[in-house]
Amino acid sequence: MRNTCLNMIYQLAKVDSRVIFIGSDLSPGLLKEMRNEFPDRFFMDGISEANIIGMAAGLAMDGYIPYVVTIGTFFYRRAYDQIAIDLCLHNLPVRLVAIGGGLNYAPLGPTHQAIEDITVMRALPNMNVVAVCDADEMKRFMSKTLDIKSPIYIRLAKGFEPIISKDENGFEFGKAIVLHKASKKAKKHVLINSTSIMTNQALLSAEKLKKYEITCTIIHHHTIKPLDSKIILKYAPECDLILTLEENVLAGGFGSACLETIIDSLNPSQVPPILRLGLPDMFVSNYGTQESLMEYFGLLSENITAKILEKFN
Amino acid sequence: MPFNSLNSSTSPIKILLDKRSIYLRKLVLDAFIKAGKGHVGGALSCIEIIRVLYDDIMNYRPKNPLWHDRDRFILSKGHSCLALYVVLADKGFFSLKELESCFSSNSFLGGHPERDILKGIEASTGSLGHGLSIGVGLAIAARNQRRDSRIFVLLGDGELNEGSIWEALLSASKHRLSNLTAIIDYNKVQSSGTVEEIQNLEPISEKFKSFGFETIEINGHDIISLQNTFNSLPISNNPTALICHTVKGKGLSIAEGNAEWHYKRLKSDDIKLIYSELEKR
Repeated sequence: MRNTCLNMIYQLAKVDSRVIFIGSDLSPGLLKEMRNEFPDRFFMDGISEANIIGMAAGLAMDGYIPYVVTIGTFFYRRAYDQIAIDLCLHNLPVRLVAIGGGLNYAPLGPTHQAIEDITVMRALPNMNVVAVCDADEMKRFMSKTLDIKSPIYIRLAKGFEPIISKDENGFEFGKAIVLHKASKKAKKHVLINSTSIMTNQALLSAEKLKKYEITCTIIHHHTIKPLDSKIILKYAPECDLILTLEENVLAGGFGSACLETIIDSLNPSQVPPILRLGLPDMFVSNYGTQESLMEYFGLLSENITAKILEKFN
Repeated sequence: MPFNSLNSSTSPIKILLDKRSIYLRKLVLDAFIKAGKGHVGGALSCIEIIRVLYDDIMNYRPKNPLWHDRDRFILSKGHSCLALYVVLADKGFFSLKELESCFSSNSFLGGHPERDILKGIEASTGSLGHGLSIGVGLAIAARNQRRDSRIFVLLGDGELNEGSIWEALLSASKHRLSNLTAIIDYNKVQSSGTVEEIQNLEPISEKFKSFGFETIEINGHDIISLQNTFNSLPISNNPTALICHTVKGKGLSIAEGNAEWHYKRLKSDDIKLIYSELEKR
């Protein structure tokens, strides 16, 4: 997903002279071709997040579309003020490519784990938040980014790399995708709203639940903000349980966004039970792998399946 | 009009204000009195800097504010907005009448400037430490687009406490942005006291030099010195830091060098005092 995203910046730079790359201090040789081909649109400007965001704002004010790349936590924890004022208040077309979304950086510890980025980024007026599920969807999304006039936070995640998105579904900014439809024969119907790499876990859970005669509708929200409320409200009244899945703290995250939509628009009598799964209100205190931490926090398909069964029992 | 050439640029030699500087100050103080509050000390210290830029140096078109080749001015010390507002109104970006309702609910002129190019305001500022990085981006954009636009960013001395300024200096220097000028309104007083006691900047000139800037110190109230210096830029392929020695609250005796007047809520006695001083002018 990361390589696809970075390569797409280069591909976009070839076709649109407004595209600029700004990195902090990333891998040696990164985007070497772009650096050689467009030296005046390639900047590796050091471990100075506040400056590179302000610089991107200045470039965007005069017609450029900067793609700024660094580790997610360094963007939104270090330079939140610059993101809020320079990018969001000015409403400029800057793209923040945030490496290491969720628990991706498990072995590197809490300084590098972007566990609350969805929460803080979606709170900013004018900011858009996108978290695709795989490399193919990243490619489809990136090709649309030239036309979006406001800032975008792009969460790069690691989902063990299976390709689950489908070409025929395309990519429409702000429009979620129904990746799995419920069967009418089952006893129970779960509506799963998932984002980013959690959609893969949702698909795996749906398979596991079949034998219990539980069927799932899976809505994949590659765009967290603006959230596709319409599709949630269409399916919500028909199901026995609404589940939200995210690799982010539950406080104010993707699940909260879904809840806000549901509570604001449906009568209480229409709302089925809701279960939100995500990360608890704590910094991660152990290391390991992303997979081991996801298991620890109950975010693998086995855990999700068990939680759903528990809810129905 | 008299002015003093400085042997030592840091010398606190008192500059006498000419008619235009007094006129602009009256506009600032009228707007301040009508608003009843505001960051007046820093506005009074940077009037000559902004005046000279708009009177004599910058290329811009108030009747065509979106003109792409214009020079850009960023008031990074956004709290000093009254000084910018009066100059923009004086230049015809909007009516002088607008100055009467600053900071009120029916005004577009807030307590910190908000980007509105049609009104001549390039960037929203107020949170300190942002303007210079934006200036770096604007300067790179101008160079890449083969425009002659120059970028002027006005910083406060207290603002130099912000680490982001020093990140921006490194970046501007690395890219050799000779079209970028960082102007420091060095009035030596910040919100809660003197710069020296809060976060001493000295040796300030050496700091900018060591960051790769052409560094010039002048008296920031001296019109001719400001004109000559701006007209001599750029000196080299490097960006410039223009350290302007100024007086906080310049022209209003009670406010001069007085941190109490950094942000002031006016009382009736203060207003009487301002009026009596204005009448003497």
